[in-house]
Amino acid sequence: MAVAAISKYEFAPADTQDKFHGAQLLYIGWEDHLLFCAPFAFPFPPTMRFGDVVAGPMQAAFGYHPDFAQIDWAKAEWFKSGKPVTLDFDKSLAENGLNHKDVIRFRTPGLAGIKGSCS
Amino acid sequence: MDMQVAKKKLGLKERYAVMTRGLDWTPSYQKMEDIYPYIAYEGIKIHDWDKWEDPFRLTMDAYWKYQAEKERKLYAIIDAFNQNNGHLNVTDARYINTIKLFISGISPLEYVAHRGFAHAGRAFPGAGPRVACLMQSLDEIRHAQTQVHSISNYNKYYNGMHDFHHAHDRVWFLSVPKSFFDDAITAGPFEFMVSIGFSFEYVLTNLLFVPFVSGAAYNGDMGTMTFGFSAQSDEARHMTLGLEVIKFILEQDPANVPIVQRWIDKWTWRGYRVLTLVAMMMDYMLPKRTMSWKEAWEVYFEENGGALFKDLARYGIKMPKCAEQIALEKDHLSHQAWSTFYNYAAAANFHTWMPDEDEMAWLAAKYPASFDKHYRPRYEFWREQAAKGNRFYNKTLPMLCQTCQIPMIFTEPGDATKICYREVDYKGDKYHFCSDHCKEIFEHEPEKYVQAWLPVHQIYQGNCFPEGTDPTVEGFDPLAAVLQYYKLEHGRDNLDFDISEDKKNFAEWRGQATKNI
Repeated sequence: MAVAAISKYEFAPADTQDKFHGAQLLYIGWEDHLLFCAPFAFPFPPTMRFGDVVAGPMQAAFGYHPDFAQIDWAKAEWFKSGKPVTLDFDKSLAENGLNHKDVIRFRTPGLAGIKGSCS
Repeated sequence: MDMQVAKKKLGLKERYAVMTRGLDWTPSYQKMEDIYPYIAYEGIKIHDWDKWEDPFRLTMDAYWKYQAEKERKLYAIIDAFNQNNGHLNVTDARYINTIKLFISGISPLEYVAHRGFAHAGRAFPGAGPRVACLMQSLDEIRHAQTQVHSISNYNKYYNGMHDFHHAHDRVWFLSVPKSFFDDAITAGPFEFMVSIGFSFEYVLTNLLFVPFVSGAAYNGDMGTMTFGFSAQSDEARHMTLGLEVIKFILEQDPANVPIVQRWIDKWTWRGYRVLTLVAMMMDYMLPKRTMSWKEAWEVYFEENGGALFKDLARYGIKMPKCAEQIALEKDHLSHQAWSTFYNYAAAANFHTWMPDEDEMAWLAAKYPASFDKHYRPRYEFWREQAAKGNRFYNKTLPMLCQTCQIPMIFTEPGDATKICYREVDYKGDKYHFCSDHCKEIFEHEPEKYVQAWLPVHQIYQGNCFPEGTDPTVEGFDPLAAVLQYYKLEHGRDNLDFDISEDKKNFAEWRGQATKNI
């Protein structure tokens, strides 16, 4: 459906990639860890190595949780838009097929939050 | 020589007719569609504007007289409250954070409602709705003013309220109520009337004003309570207008029914998402609770709203389908919202805290199906950490819903352990949503919502720093720059209640009033 309007209604979307000064948005959520109230939004250059995302910004964002230090990254399961995906830590975001405003989630088997409450 | 002729006094009914519809005329040299250009494009068909039944028999002269009398009384009470240091009689200083939420989140909406009703009134060719909209428009600006005046006394003593309007237009969570109203006033006049006049004022208003006003009464805040009661008679008129609008549109043409149904579905959901703030206020921010959010929803929506939609069934209008999801969320909404503000306490204009043991017991009793299982473990962890000097301040920005602009905090309907993710591809870009309902609203009018000013994305685009800021210099602290842009002072207006100046000052001032120190 189109918006009801009195004349032509065309406006530029507010969040296209060209507005982020060379970065693209990536959203990251940690399953079963709702201590973090929502998934995070990050601006990263598409050339950034995925392993650096995990070791840097993700460590800074999720590191408060006692489970974070116990994560075995080899066992972590990744999802993109809800579907399982394999992400290579040595490849860049672009090489991993991660584009502007993609959302990824990770599940860490055996770790289910504070006292197993998914917090 | 002037002859003094005794004026014939008009009867109430005649006077009303003369002062409302009698003011209208039929244009002779301009076309109706040029004078009323916004009346057709939404697809609503009106055949006879005279069928409009005026919901309240009030003329402008009576309006002024009546409102002036009310406001004289209101300002006398506000003066007495201020002169007697009434702010020191509130239950405890945590309560004042509800005032901060109200002045920065709700009062600016009263002002926008004023503009919205003025615009809608101008757009309608019928004199009846035009006069009714004029009065509501005036009510709304009076409410904005009386709220600002009653709350200004708190601003003299407590933090976070000093530039509420500046905050309303910028602070991340305030984009939720702001964008809600912006969405309504940028719609056509009929959608505006259904969105604000009916869905908000009629269906949901009891969930906004009753909790704030009775919350004020329960917590010793005479000032807020008084403006609430003063607005009550206006609110009753607004509800009557909202209902009349719906009935009038539906009776005019059967083709209007599906359009109105879609608007009711949309605006009940949009309004409910804004009420997330009220839910957490009721369950967490009032030191003396009135009722739980869940109880309020059951009484004011499920019972009262249920009766309303039964009544509207004869027009072919059904209960909005989002009611099913809202029923599933009522055990979770306030807890998920409070957790969010606890997370982002460094970026808000009010303080948050962890409920104490008694309060947790109250929450567990009110929410037996959810609190102990899902939320208590989280809170106990945060409380332990805070006691160790490791209070959680989430410094990474959250992902937002494109429609309601709330962080993606809501869980799947029926599964409180999984965040609800929905997405849409539109013209080469991805858009994300907190729910099926926000997604459907977007899908119906994507051209509108792709323009959303999402605070998180705006920060990352570099649009939320004070002028002249260079985000490329070494050691640049984005949070500090964003707080400057919000005009909030770090360590004073934000962070935990326990370390706040508000808490310290309140204890000291109350001590001076009650002890010999």
